[in-house]
Parts: sequence; structure tokens; C-alpha cells
Amino acid sequence: MLKTYQYPKYPFVRPAELDHPDETRHVPVVVVGAGPVGMCAALDLAQKGKPVLLLDDDDTVSIGSRGVCYAKRALEILDRLGVGERIVQKGVSWNVGRTFFRNDEVFSFNLVPEPDHHRPGMVNLQQYYLEEYLVDACRATPGLEMRWKNKVIAVTPSDAHVALRVETPAGAYSLTCDWLIVADGARSPIRHMLGLDIEGKIFMDRFLIADVVMKADFPAERWFWFDPPFHPGQSVLLHKQADNVWRIDFQLGWDADPELEKQPERVIPRIKAMLGDDREFELEWVSVYTFQCRRMNRFNHGRVLFVGDAAHQVSPFGARGANSGIQDTDNLIWKLNLVLEGKAPATLLDTYSEERCYAADENIMNSTRSTDFITPKGNASKTLRKAVLTLARQHPFARKLVNSGRLSVPSFYVGSSLNTPDRDAFNGRMVPGAPMDDAPVTTPDGTPSWLLNHVGNRFQLLYYTEDASTIDAATVATLTRWAIAPVPIEPLVIATRGTAPDNLATLQDSKGRVRERYDLSPGSVYLLRPDQHVAARWRALDPDAIDAALARATYRDRWTD
Amino acid sequence: MSLNTQPNFHNPDKRYFYDYAPGDDFYAMLIEAHRDLSDEHSALLNARLVLLLANHIGDLRILEEAITAAKADL
Repeated sequence: MLKTYQYPKYPFVRPAELDHPDETRHVPVVVVGAGPVGMCAALDLAQKGKPVLLLDDDDTVSIGSRGVCYAKRALEILDRLGVGERIVQKGVSWNVGRTFFRNDEVFSFNLVPEPDHHRPGMVNLQQYYLEEYLVDACRATPGLEMRWKNKVIAVTPSDAHVALRVETPAGAYSLTCDWLIVADGARSPIRHMLGLDIEGKIFMDRFLIADVVMKADFPAERWFWFDPPFHPGQSVLLHKQADNVWRIDFQLGWDADPELEKQPERVIPRIKAMLGDDREFELEWVSVYTFQCRRMNRFNHGRVLFVGDAAHQVSPFGARGANSGIQDTDNLIWKLNLVLEGKAPATLLDTYSEERCYAADENIMNSTRSTDFITPKGNASKTLRKAVLTLARQHPFARKLVNSGRLSVPSFYVGSSLNTPDRDAFNGRMVPGAPMDDAPVTTPDGTPSWLLNHVGNRFQLLYYTEDASTIDAATVATLTRWAIAPVPIEPLVIATRGTAPDNLATLQDSKGRVRERYDLSPGSVYLLRPDQHVAARWRALDPDAIDAALARATYRDRWTD
Repeated sequence: MSLNTQPNFHNPDKRYFYDYAPGDDFYAMLIEAHRDLSDEHSALLNARLVLLLANHIGDLRILEEAITAAKADL
């Protein structure tokens, strides 16, 4: 169907349960939905050594091009899961976005304005490639069982477990699990089965997506037009994807007829008006969409945990859909893993809902604001937007107000109940709850590396000193005292020079960026969460404070049973 | 002092982590103020805002610069 991509077909395998209808198999965790978010959840948990059953009602990847932009933070999470590099290699990396009003450029932004970050602000890649690479990673992960053409048709939660009824081409079977992760997308059949509400608003506008194959030497940048001469009165967005596929997104207005607008005889003239009559292109994919911004009241309902579009949806301006869904799994899985191991109370999962509802609200707020700017309703909004766009040519303040999409960035969980508030003074933005900034480092053997490649998946203590070789025995003893704790903390020494004694992991701050970004002074300590967020920080090692901060960040201080 | 046209929105009560966020907060506040108003009332709201803010600034030299900037290319 597509000219540049062949859809893989994954085989249905007759589940063994069908031959034992009298027994009901019990598994610890079932994930429903093998989209990007469900697969990230399954992969993350399986890589932590937990068996996972991943069910999907289809047998291939995303049909047509849907998600395109994968943001820096999602790439860092995909790096932690071991699939980031393949996505970056295949995709188109970019940092610069340009915004035009009629014929003139009025505003440009750089997603990563400072140097020395591993990943770019954004990578564009057709969703089917992302999914294919995640399927490959899932299939290569021991303990992760994927079942295609397995459709969940009934869900019965109880205090003890969640019972599922699953339909397949060869018959239906039953299962029970301790935890059900629901990643079945915006329409979420499971959310409907459980009668759970999702609230928000529908935007009264329609957009046409055309993916075209063409040879063009436009730079790898995001270009956005307000009221361009080739599509007057509406907006247009252009993105470069892999395989010479370009995404063009035309605003159509609410009155447009979606079936009519999808016809090639309607689409081709629009594209020719934009690109000029001479440029050769082929249509790869066309669709017309509307969207809504909404979220569930909470994301955990007993043993049922909602992630991604099933839990929250945003407008596409800002690439905050799949990116935020992947961040949901980043937040959820380490917590679920501690609960599965009996090392944290199940109420820790309430903080998944707390932190990710906060993030969803931020995403919905930003994408709603972008939508309000891109599709102003009412004369006052239109006049104000025109004022911004006409002032933007001359005046820097107005350029900042031009909102053609605020692209996906991670939330700072500043109000999270897992944070230990600062006792000591720090500058910079690595506050408790912050997603960690990356920085270049060098390993002791002289290999250049990145800070984020050395953190994640467990709690860690980042300890800074100028010369790591001078760390004394008492400090080593303190840094290593949590090595065999129920929830261990691994030390990571950051130093200007030298290697720490007793095989303590050491990274050299080769360009001084770690010290700069984390406002480190000799003796500074950060407690890092398994999802690369800051839990707490101090100017000096204080074991009692670290104990308390760890207990707080895992809810072990609230254990009641 | 002359007219400041650099980004200048801020809120001492709120920590911002992204540079566009304070301006977006202002713009959202402004759009919200116009919600459900008739065109006549919207125009009146804008005019009242101009007067309030002009009085707050006070310095006629700055206000003259602002009027000139606003009138350019109109």
C-alpha cells in the first residue's frame, strides 16, 4: 500500500490456554496494546527481569503515518531501553523550527539552544518504524511474551487480581493477572468496558495530513505557515521524515467534508500550490483528522493502570501524544517493579497518577494554547493574533508569543510527594522533581560518553568531588552503605579528574557541564530516581537525610501493612 | 529608559523552566478575558487595558515610543 514501507505481519500463535480450558493461568503483569507506549512499558518491565504478557488485537504495526516527532526526552527513555540509537539512525534529527506569516519568516526557535547534549530536540520518523524497532526489541527480550490477534473482550477487576477474557482466531480463553497495564489507545475499549470517564473538549477544526514522497533539499527543520499565499486564511505545517517522505498538514476548517478532502483530485492541487507545479511528488498517505484534549481523573484504578492515549489525549501541535505516553511508562514501571518485589507499598502507584496527571495537564494546557493560537475563534482572538504576528517582525517579545506549537518537553514534578524539598541552596534548574539534564562525560579509560547513559533503572547517588582519587575511606563507606539495602542505591562519582578508590563508578566531567548544570560544589550529592529524575540534593553527604529521602521517594515511609 | 521590546513577562510567585511559558501565561489570561464578550465589549476591554497600563507606565516618552511602534505598518 505504501511505496516506501512494507508492513511486517506477525504470526498468530495458538495460545496453550485454549487446550486447558479448565485451568486459568495467572501472570503478574499483562499489558494490552502493542503501540509505542504499551511496548515501552512491556520492554522496561521485562528488562527489569519481570515476566510480561503483551496482548494486541492486530498483527502488524501502525497503519499509515501517524506519530512523527519523537522528542529528546522520549529518545533518552528509548536509549535507556536500548532502542534509541536505531531510531536516531533511521530518523531525521532536527532542532530548528521556523514560523512564517504570509510571505515572511516571523519567528524561529531552537529546541536545544545550548551545546553538549547527546540527543537532538526532535527526531522525525514514521510511527511504523518506531513500532517495528520496538517489536524487534520486545521479541529479543527474555520473559516478554507477545501475542498477536489476542483481543481482550472482558475485564473484571477485584481486590485480589484482574480477570481477563481474551478472544483469538482460534477461540477464547481466560487469564488472571496482578496488574493490568492498559495501553489500548485513545478509544480505549478497556476504559469503556470499565465504565471510566475521560473528560475534556473537542476542537472544532479539521486538518488534512498528506505524506508525500519527493526529492527536496529543504533543510531538516519544522516549517509552519500562518495564512500563507498558497493556502490563504489557514495554517500549514511541513516536516521531513525518513525515506524522502514529507509530512504536510493543512488546516481545513470545521466545515470541510473529510471524505471529499481525502480525494487525490482535491489533495494534489493543494500540494502543487505549495510546492509549485514543477516539483514531482507521489502521494504516500492521506487522512483527515479532528482532535480533542482530555484526560481521565486518575490513571490508576486499583490494579488497572492506564498509560498513553488511553489515559490522556492532546492536539497534535507539540508532539505531546506518544512522547508523553512514553514518559508515562518511564514513570510507572520502576514504581510497579518495586511494588512487584514487595519493596514499596502499592500506594506508590498513586504517585504515578499524581505525577503523570500533572504532566498531562501541562501537555493539555500547552497544546490547547497552541490550538487557540493556530485556530483562533472569535474576532478578539483573531485581532490579538494578528497584532502578535505583525509586531513579531520587529519586536523580540512578540516573537516569543507566536505559538505554532510548544513542542514536547518533560515536566518538572516540582510539587511531587516523592520529592525532598531543598534544605541547602542551589542554583540552576535541577530542582527536586526535575528530569535530569544530559551532559558530556568521560569514562575512566578515556572514552567519551554521556551522563544519562550511566544513570537510570535504579536509585543512584551522584557525588561530586574535584579529584576522585582523594576520596577517603570514610566517604567510600558512606557512599556504599546502601549497596545491600532492600532498595539499593548505587554511588556514581563525578569528578574533574582522577578515579575513585574501591571500584566506585567514576565519570569525569570532561567539559565541566555536569558541574555547571547541576550547580555542583565539592561534596554535593544528588539522589536520582530510576527514571532519571532528581529526588533530593544536598551540599554534603548526610546518611540520615539520604535514608529519609529514599524512604520518601519510594513511599516506604508510608508503609502501613 | 526606553521602550522595552525584549521578552519581559515574569511572575515572582512561579518558577518557569521554559522561556515561552510566562508569555503564554499572559496571552492565555488575555484571551480568557475576552471569552464570550461581544465585539463591542472586546474593543472596550482592549481600550481600558491600554489606559490602565499606560497610566502604570506613566512616562510619556515611553508611551510615545509605544504608540509609534504600534502604528508602524498599520
